[in-house]
Amino acid sequence: MTLDVATVRKEFPILAREIDGAPIVYLDSGNTSQKPRRVIDAMSEFTERSYAPINRSSYRLAGEATDAYEQARAAVARFINAPHADEVIFTKNATESLNLIAQAWGRANLGAGDVVVLTEMEHHANIVPWHMIAAERGIELRWIPLTPEGLLDLTDLDRLLAGAKVLSFTAMSNVLGTITPIAELCTAAHAVGALAVVDACQFVPHNVTDVQAWGADLVAFSSHKMCGPSGIGMLWGRREILDAMPPFLGGGNMIDTVTFDGFTTAPVPAKFEAGTPPLVEAVGLHAAIDFLDDLGMAEIRRHEIELTRYALDALDERFGDDITIYGPDNVEVRGGVISFAFRDLHPHDVSQVLDQHNVCVRAGHHCAKPLMKVLGVNATTRASLYLYNDTDDVDALVEGLDSATDIFGLS
Amino acid sequence: MPGLEDLYREIILDHYRTPRNRGELETPPAIRTDGHNPLCGDEITVYLALDGEGDEATVGDVRIAGQGCSISQSSASMMTQAIKGRPVNEVLGLLRRFKTMMGIEGYEPEPGDEEIALGDLEALQGVVKFPVRIKCAVLGWNTLADALAVADHHVVPGAPPA
Repeated sequence: MTLDVATVRKEFPILAREIDGAPIVYLDSGNTSQKPRRVIDAMSEFTERSYAPINRSSYRLAGEATDAYEQARAAVARFINAPHADEVIFTKNATESLNLIAQAWGRANLGAGDVVVLTEMEHHANIVPWHMIAAERGIELRWIPLTPEGLLDLTDLDRLLAGAKVLSFTAMSNVLGTITPIAELCTAAHAVGALAVVDACQFVPHNVTDVQAWGADLVAFSSHKMCGPSGIGMLWGRREILDAMPPFLGGGNMIDTVTFDGFTTAPVPAKFEAGTPPLVEAVGLHAAIDFLDDLGMAEIRRHEIELTRYALDALDERFGDDITIYGPDNVEVRGGVISFAFRDLHPHDVSQVLDQHNVCVRAGHHCAKPLMKVLGVNATTRASLYLYNDTDDVDALVEGLDSATDIFGLS
Repeated sequence: MPGLEDLYREIILDHYRTPRNRGELETPPAIRTDGHNPLCGDEITVYLALDGEGDEATVGDVRIAGQGCSISQSSASMMTQAIKGRPVNEVLGLLRRFKTMMGIEGYEPEPGDEEIALGDLEALQGVVKFPVRIKCAVLGWNTLADALAVADHHVVPGAPPA
């Protein structure tokens, strides 16, 4: 069964909004996704009927709220095929999840001269936390390079990984769309005794995810890119690794006991969830997961493969040499993230013209400045697709780009 | 929504396609300052050569390098035309006038500023209708302000960086 996009679109109230009398063409889901009605409703209903503190009060309402929060955790675990719900930690966002890894695991395990291996296509969220600990501890960062078509170049992987303590990599590039060989990289990391960390922010919303099949140790991803609310992110980790890690933030909920002399930590996941968590957001996330599950992640992926192929072909047919699309052409190894350079126009100007057509794209460095340097540009324009996009949206992008040609007198 | 013709005026596109005073100057004697917008990655380098010292100084030469969008590049190009050969005091007035036109807080025109003609820079007035792009228009000017500060010409004491 293929995805019925027309029906899917009806679930997203914002897609019915018009600006200047025309509908919104939302092609920025790689940035953040729109929210279906049932996510919005779930959060409202929970707030109206069941809102109460979790894990610390004994009245029934508080029990109800605690149950809702823990059910969200269980839903996340099922969604990524994690073996245990208590291996799922809720954070503020995926960036915090990656900082948690670098700070909590890194501080306990990394010292002067240790090696952390990253790739040249990482988001700043999987670079800066390692830079921070590297500056503090004197750690060496190594970078897996890219092939000309935007895949990871694994030719020298053995040499790069020699002596490494961590391999941290994206499952899917937020700029190139490239889907990396996740299981292969996890195996390679383990072969040298390194921790395998996966930034799965772009991958999880668009693909069937199986963290056990990957063999990963720690996986970071976010709610707001998968139809859930902003303000909540996830970290999944293998139980024994999480157990051995020191806490990240200190405060309420994360303790076993506190005295004038010190404290002991609660077991996971509470150990990493200091303070009142984003519980309304957890309820919204749960609704988003149910929504995606009902549609089927395999169907969503198939839809995006078809739409990405359509978009790559449409852009190439209309603009030929006037457009440079970054990342692999093979849609089996890429997601619906399409970054491009259009003629000599700056991405700001391209997005400004597209905005006139209500086409929402991102222009800039996409929080991947080192990758921009590899590509030899300061910025790109990026259109990113999701389950609610259809060929009309892609056609609107093409028409909008055509009008940029006219405005800047390039035809 | 205001039309794109308010933003992309012909004079702006002309400066974008054919930027004036592009290049580098030898440092020293010229001052070099780098400006960039961390949100979008735009970069502008200003090379400023002053003739004379203190209140007597004039802009002997100025060059712009870097990459950016049509608004940041054209604004910088127009800026070089407007300041070349001008006394530094007038350049400071022009800077205040331009920032005021862009609606940037902390910049109030001083007596006499209104005498300073904006020339081609008037064309950038339409940028105000596109608030996201104001930072593009002022990038070159902020970088110039840094250069003047390096030259010990303080730019509107107490004004916030914009």
